[in-house]
Amino acid sequence: MVDHLAPTSAPLVAAPSRAADEPWGRKPRRSITRANIFLYGTLIVFAIYYLLPLYVMIVTSLKGMPEIRMGNIFSPPLEITFEPWAKAWSTACTGLNCDGLSRGFWNSVRILVPSVVLSIAVASVNGYALANWRFKGADTFFTILIFGAFIPYQVMLYPIVILLREMGLYGSLTGLVLVHTVFGMPILTLLFRNYFTSMPEELFKAARVDGAGFWGIYFKIMLPMSLPIFVVAIILQVTGIWNDFLFGVIYTRPDLYPMTVQLNNIVNSVQGVKEYNVNMAATILTGLVPLTIYFISGKLFVRGIAAGAVKG
Amino acid sequence: MSVFKHFLAGASLLALSTTANAVDLEVTHWWTSGGEAAAVAEFAKAFDATGNKWVDGAIAGSGGTARPIMISRITGGDPMAATQFNHGRQAEELVEAGLMRDLTDIATAEGWKDKVRPSSLLDSCTLDGKIYCVPVNIHSQQWLWLSNKAFEDAGVAVPTNWDEFAAAAPALEKAGKIPLAMGQQPWQTTLAFQVLLVALAGPEAYSKIFGEKDAELAGGPDLAKVFEAAEQARAMSAGSNVQDWNQATNMVITGQAGGQIMGDWAQGEFAVAGQVAGTDYTCLPGLGVNEVIQTGGDAFYFPVLKDEAKTAAQGELAKLMMSPEVQVAFNLKKGSLPVRGDVSLDAANDCMKKGLDILAKGNVIQSPDQLMSADSLTQVNDLFVEFFNTPSITAADAQKRFADIVASAD
Amino acid sequence: MAADRKPSQLFRNMNAKVAAIPMILTACVVFVGGTLWTITYSFTNSKLLPRETFVGLDQYERLWSSNKWLISIENLFIYGVLSLVFSLLIGFLLAALLDQKIRFENTFRTIFLYPFALSFIVTGLVWQWILNPDFGIQRVVRNLGWESFTFDPLYNAEIVIYGVLIAGLWQGTGLVMCLMLAGLRGIDEDIWKAARVDGIPMWKTYLMIIIPMMRPVFITTLVIIASGIVKLYDLIVAQTGGGPGIASEVPAKYVYDAMFLSQNLAQGFAGSTMMLLTVLIVLIPWAYLEFGGKKHG
Repeated sequence: MVDHLAPTSAPLVAAPSRAADEPWGRKPRRSITRANIFLYGTLIVFAIYYLLPLYVMIVTSLKGMPEIRMGNIFSPPLEITFEPWAKAWSTACTGLNCDGLSRGFWNSVRILVPSVVLSIAVASVNGYALANWRFKGADTFFTILIFGAFIPYQVMLYPIVILLREMGLYGSLTGLVLVHTVFGMPILTLLFRNYFTSMPEELFKAARVDGAGFWGIYFKIMLPMSLPIFVVAIILQVTGIWNDFLFGVIYTRPDLYPMTVQLNNIVNSVQGVKEYNVNMAATILTGLVPLTIYFISGKLFVRGIAAGAVKG
Repeated sequence: MSVFKHFLAGASLLALSTTANAVDLEVTHWWTSGGEAAAVAEFAKAFDATGNKWVDGAIAGSGGTARPIMISRITGGDPMAATQFNHGRQAEELVEAGLMRDLTDIATAEGWKDKVRPSSLLDSCTLDGKIYCVPVNIHSQQWLWLSNKAFEDAGVAVPTNWDEFAAAAPALEKAGKIPLAMGQQPWQTTLAFQVLLVALAGPEAYSKIFGEKDAELAGGPDLAKVFEAAEQARAMSAGSNVQDWNQATNMVITGQAGGQIMGDWAQGEFAVAGQVAGTDYTCLPGLGVNEVIQTGGDAFYFPVLKDEAKTAAQGELAKLMMSPEVQVAFNLKKGSLPVRGDVSLDAANDCMKKGLDILAKGNVIQSPDQLMSADSLTQVNDLFVEFFNTPSITAADAQKRFADIVASAD
Repeated sequence: MAADRKPSQLFRNMNAKVAAIPMILTACVVFVGGTLWTITYSFTNSKLLPRETFVGLDQYERLWSSNKWLISIENLFIYGVLSLVFSLLIGFLLAALLDQKIRFENTFRTIFLYPFALSFIVTGLVWQWILNPDFGIQRVVRNLGWESFTFDPLYNAEIVIYGVLIAGLWQGTGLVMCLMLAGLRGIDEDIWKAARVDGIPMWKTYLMIIIPMMRPVFITTLVIIASGIVKLYDLIVAQTGGGPGIASEVPAKYVYDAMFLSQNLAQGFAGSTMMLLTVLIVLIPWAYLEFGGKKHG
C-alpha cells in the first residue's frame, strides 16, 4: 500500500512527542511508539487465535495414525509424513472410486467459474439499479430479497427440485449455476446496493450531467471505484460455492459432483476408522483454492475513492 | 440421451442378440468406510461380471446427507438405477407414489419367500402384497464388547454378563480405566438403553412396551431395574469424553476402557486393528443375559426407469444381490449376517457364529422402528440423550417420563 | 430522491427495470413462492413427501411442546446476541487496525480471513479437539502445573453454546473484517485530512464521523451476520452434534432433523415457518425505517 502521506508526516512524528502524535491517525512506518506496540500487539494476539487451529491441522496432517492416537494434539510430529496429503489428493477411497479429491477438482472449477461470474454480475447490476436508479416497487422486491437471505437452504430443497424439473434443468450444470446465482443474490445485492449508496452522490450527478447512461455510468464510474467491494463479493461467492456440498450433490448427477462430495466422503464416513491426518490434509487441500483467491485479490483491496475523484 | 442409448441398445440387441444389452447402472449408497466399501465392491464385481457396469455413487452419511439426495433425484425425474435405504417404512411413500419398481416377479421366480430368514425382513419390503426391495444383510445391536486386556490389567476375570461387568467396574476404575466407553452422539445413548431393556427386562417386556404401549409395565418394578442399570451405566461412562462410536470402540481396543455397548458393526473396528475374537476381545450378545438380537439391516430399492435395457439390468442386479455366493462374499466383508438361511459361513469368526446361532434358534425381536412411530421414538430418543448427559436426573424421574411417553405413544 | 435527478424518467427506469428482472423473478418465484409453499405444507401431515392432508395447527402444537425446540430457541438467542456483538466489535477493530497503513497488511488480512475458507465439518472437528479436556487446552494448562484448571465447554451443558461461539467467531469474523475494511476504504481520504487538520482525536473521528458514514456497510454486515446466525447448522453438527444431550440444539438443526431424519417434513416446515415469521417481525420495521419514512444519504 503506497502511502502518499507518509513522507510528510514521518519527520514530524518522532519518538519524543508522543502526546502530540495521538490525534494523528496514520502512523509512519518504522517508529516504535506506544501506539505501534498496541497496534501490532493486538494484531499478533488475534493472529495467534486465528492460527492456532491451522497449526493443529497442519501438525496433525503430518503425523501417522499411531502418533495421533497417542494424544497430544499440540505436539509437533515426531516423524513427518506426507502420506496423508498424497492419500487425500489421489488415493483416498470414496466408495469404490479410489482417486481422492482429484476426482472432483475440475468439476468444482466448472461449477465455480460460471456461478461466481454470473451471480456477481447479476447482483452488482441489481445493487446499482437499486442504489442509483430506483424505480417504483424496487424497495418491495429488495425487502423480499433480504428476507430470502434468512430462509434456511434445506427448506427450499424440494420446491427447487420441482422448479428445476419443470424448467427441464434438473441434473444439469446450468441448473446448478442458476441455483447458486439465486441463493447468492440476496446478500450480494445488499452488499452492492449499500456500497453504491455510500458513494458520494456528486460522482453520479456529474456523470449524468456529462450525458452518461445506465450502463455507461456502471462500467465507467461505479465498477472501477468499487474494487474492494467486488473483492468481498468474490471472497463470499468463491468460498460459498467452492465449499458447497448440498446443492452440488442434489441438483447434479455423479459425473458433475464437486470436490466437496469427496471431501464429505473422506471426512464424514460414519463407520470405520477415522483417519484424522487424511481428514485434515483433505480440508486444507480443499481450502487452498479460496485461500489463493483471498491472497491474490488482496491487491485489489486498494483505497476505493481517490481523494481527487470527487472534484474532478 | 437415454432415448438415444435405448435406441442403441435396441439396435445392437437385434444385431448381436447375446451380450449386447450391457448397460451402466448408477447405484447410490452410503457405504464409504474401508470395510463397507470392500463389501460393496463384492456387489460391483459380481455385477460387472455379467457384462454390465456398476457406476458407484457413494455419499457418506446415511440419513441426513444421503436421504435428501436420493429423494430429490427420484422426485426430480432423474433417478439412479438402484439405491440403498434402511428397510422398514422409510421408502413407503416413494413406493406409494409409484416411483419404485415392483420386484414381485423376480422374488417369486427366485423363491425369496422361502429363503429369506427371518421372514420379517422380506415383510418390511412388502407393501400390499408386492415386494419392492432386496434385503441384503442383518445387523444387530445387542452386543457388549469387552477388552480382555483391560480386565487382565485390573486383575479381574473377563465378565460373562452385565452384572459381573457392573461388579468389576470399581476394579477397573482403580486400575485407571474407564469401565464403559460411550460416545456422545445421541443415538448411542438410546441404543445403550434399548439394549439394557431387552437384556435385563427380557424380550417380552420389550415387545409389550414398544409394541402394545404398556405404560403400566413401563412404570413398574421390572423396568425400574433397567433404569437403575442405566444409571449405573451413566456413572461408569462418566469419564469417556469422545464423540464418535468408533472412538469409543478404540478405547476398548487399546484397553483404556473395559467395554462398550454397541452393534455388531463394532466388529469391523476390532478386525481392522488386527484383534482376534476370544483372545483379544470378548463379545456378549444380549449382554450375556438374554441372548436375543434385533434384526435390522440394509436394503436396496430400484426406482422406476424408462429405459428398458436398464430396467432389465436392474432385475439382474436384484437377483444377484440375493444369490448365495454374493450374500456370503458381501456379508463376510461387511461383518453382518446373510439374509438367507441356506448359506454356510465357515469363514465367520467367533462373534459372528454366536450371532448366527441365535438367529438359527429364532431368538429375534423386531426393531423399534417396526413397532413404534417415528414421532414417539424421537421423544424416547430425546429423553435418553438428556438422561445420560444430566447426572441430576434420577432413574426414577426418567422412568416416570418414559412411562408418560409410552402412555401417549402411537 | 428519484424525482430530483430527472432527465429522461421513462428511459432511465426502463434500463433499471430490465436490469432488475432476475431479481424480481428470484424474489417472487423462489422466495415468495417457496415460502408460501413451506407455510402451506406446514399445516399438513406430510412425512417423506409433501402431501395435501391438512391437519390444522397440530404441527405447531407439537413444535411448541417440544423441549428440544425451546432449548434450540434459547441457544439461538444467546449465540445470536453474543455472536452479533463480538463479530462487529472484533471485525471493526481488526479492520481499523489494518487500515493504519501497516506493514504486512495482506498477510494479516489473509490470516484473519483464512478460517472462512475451511469447511465447517473440519472447523468443528478441530475445535472439538482443542476444547477437549483430555488432550486440548485444559490438558496443556494442567501440564504447565495449574492442576485445578478446568476448561471443558463442549462437555458441560451449561456453557456448551459458548464453546460453539468460540469456533463460530473464529470462522466468521474474518469476513466481517473484510466488509469493514472495504467500507473504510470507501471513505474519502479528504475526510481524514480534514479531521486531522481540525485536531480531532482518532477514536473520536471513528466514532463521530467514520462509523456514521459507514452505516450502509454496517447494515450489510448486520444482515450477513444475522442470516448466518439464523441458518447456524453445520457448525453445530460438526462440533457438538447438538450435545451434550440436547444442550446445543439450534432451530435450523431442529428443522433439518425433522425433515430428513425423522422424515416429518411438515414438522420441519412448521419450525421454519416460525423462524421466518421471527425474521419478518424484525425485517418489516427495518424496511419501513429504511424506505418508508425519511430518506438517508
